[in-house]
Amino acid sequence: MITTIGTRLWHYLPLVILAIVWEAVVKFGLVSTAVLPALSDVLLAWWRLLEGGDLWVNGAASLYRGGVGLLLAILVGGVIGVAMAWWKPARAAMSPIVEIFYPLPKSALIPVTALWLGFGDMSKILLIFLGCMPPVVLGAFNGARGSERTLVWSARSLGASRLRVLWDVVIPSAMPELLNGIRTAMALAFVLLVSSELIVARQGFGYLIGFLGDGGNYEGMFAVTLTVALIGFAADRLYQMAQNRALRWRE
Amino acid sequence: MARVDDILLSQTGPRPSRASAVMRAGLWHVAAWTPVIVLLIAWELFARSGLVTPFSLPTLSSVLERILDDAMSGELLLNLAVTLWRALAGFVIAAVLGILLGVAIARSAWTRWFFDPIISVGFPMPKIAFLPMFILWLGFFDLSKITMIAFNTIFPVVTATVIGIQGVDREIIWSARNLGTSERRLLWDILLPASLPAILTGLQVALPIALIVGILTEMAMGGYGIGAAMQGASRFADSRGVFAGILEIAAVGYVLVKGMAILRRRLLVWHQEALEPTTV
Repeated sequence: MITTIGTRLWHYLPLVILAIVWEAVVKFGLVSTAVLPALSDVLLAWWRLLEGGDLWVNGAASLYRGGVGLLLAILVGGVIGVAMAWWKPARAAMSPIVEIFYPLPKSALIPVTALWLGFGDMSKILLIFLGCMPPVVLGAFNGARGSERTLVWSARSLGASRLRVLWDVVIPSAMPELLNGIRTAMALAFVLLVSSELIVARQGFGYLIGFLGDGGNYEGMFAVTLTVALIGFAADRLYQMAQNRALRWRE
Repeated sequence: MARVDDILLSQTGPRPSRASAVMRAGLWHVAAWTPVIVLLIAWELFARSGLVTPFSLPTLSSVLERILDDAMSGELLLNLAVTLWRALAGFVIAAVLGILLGVAIARSAWTRWFFDPIISVGFPMPKIAFLPMFILWLGFFDLSKITMIAFNTIFPVVTATVIGIQGVDREIIWSARNLGTSERRLLWDILLPASLPAILTGLQVALPIALIVGILTEMAMGGYGIGAAMQGASRFADSRGVFAGILEIAAVGYVLVKGMAILRRRLLVWHQEALEPTTV
């Protein structure tokens, strides 16, 4: 127990060193506080934002937008991807469209969704939905395509209906790739969310960062930036843990 | 990505027989793109039908006309050049530094100890949130934009390089050492070529990120570029300008991603993966 904590600490020591260096260069006056607020002041500002409720209100708005958009992208994208692998006409119709949309820099959609739906929740949800769909579609498609022919044939020869094979064989074997696609989509969702809020919004983490920065409250700006970064990191780690649990059946 | 594209493309039709292979391949190529053409025609018809206002969805023809106008006035070329310059400058900086750092991490225990937690925590972070910080430190111009692009794209390059070098067959390294290879020659003649497929995969992940972030910095800070032009058009409710920007940037993204896939094939002619049939 103690050794594992020790190795953990040793592993993350560089981050602690960075934090100490940050605090030290500001406290010793090597860097002006107008450029880099001290870490301790940032933590203080973070606590004040937490207490004042600003962080909760804006955080809830961001997580709601990101969550709904991502969920829709997973549902619709997963269905499209599996359909493309399962049904030839769907593949013929969709694959060139996916090929065009996949390399589109998704940030280009921000002005369009703002044009259609304004500056509120709906434009962000649409943006994240559209932006996150390509990786999910591709993951589901590659996964479902990769399901072993022999498994499908055996299931069919044992009398399983096509739908049954889809549900019991194709979708489970599509899972690993689909889950990887969703992980990419999640990272993309954070980027699109924060940046669209930075550019056009009246609420959300990105808005709060821009608002505090414009007001010259750099401690607050750094605090919110680090909060968003840590939430993105934590979400990815939790997702990875859940993914490993969900795929335990694969040896 | 190349692999995925291959799968998508190779599935669009049966392989033509040897006889009229060229012509049939050409026909299949056109036929495979029918859905895109249908989509574009549907856009034009839907926009003309009166079900949507020209503000929400301008007709495709008017958007193309707009692109042509911008091309004539030289504005398109300027914005394209500025966007590409920033994205590629950031990408190249990230590629060089990322490969160097990746080699250092893979080869030296101390570098690994120091950078491993930083990379593994930094990779999944939405680094775009740091944009206002970069503006505060580096100002509104190219310097902050290019730095932001490099900062966002370096992580996949480092990770891919580390994975590539650590995956090199030990016995090859041992035999090279046994034959008296210097560390430098080991790196240039063995480690880098052997990990090139992995490094290229990292670069293929990084390139679209460079473009996404480049567009975002332009939207947030202005100062020419396609992103800035789109944001300006959006602010003045000029929907044709917005859609023109989308088409332009989609074309840029498509060309860059395809170009990267072609470059990969060129660089890896000697590698096993080049033997697999490709249609890119």
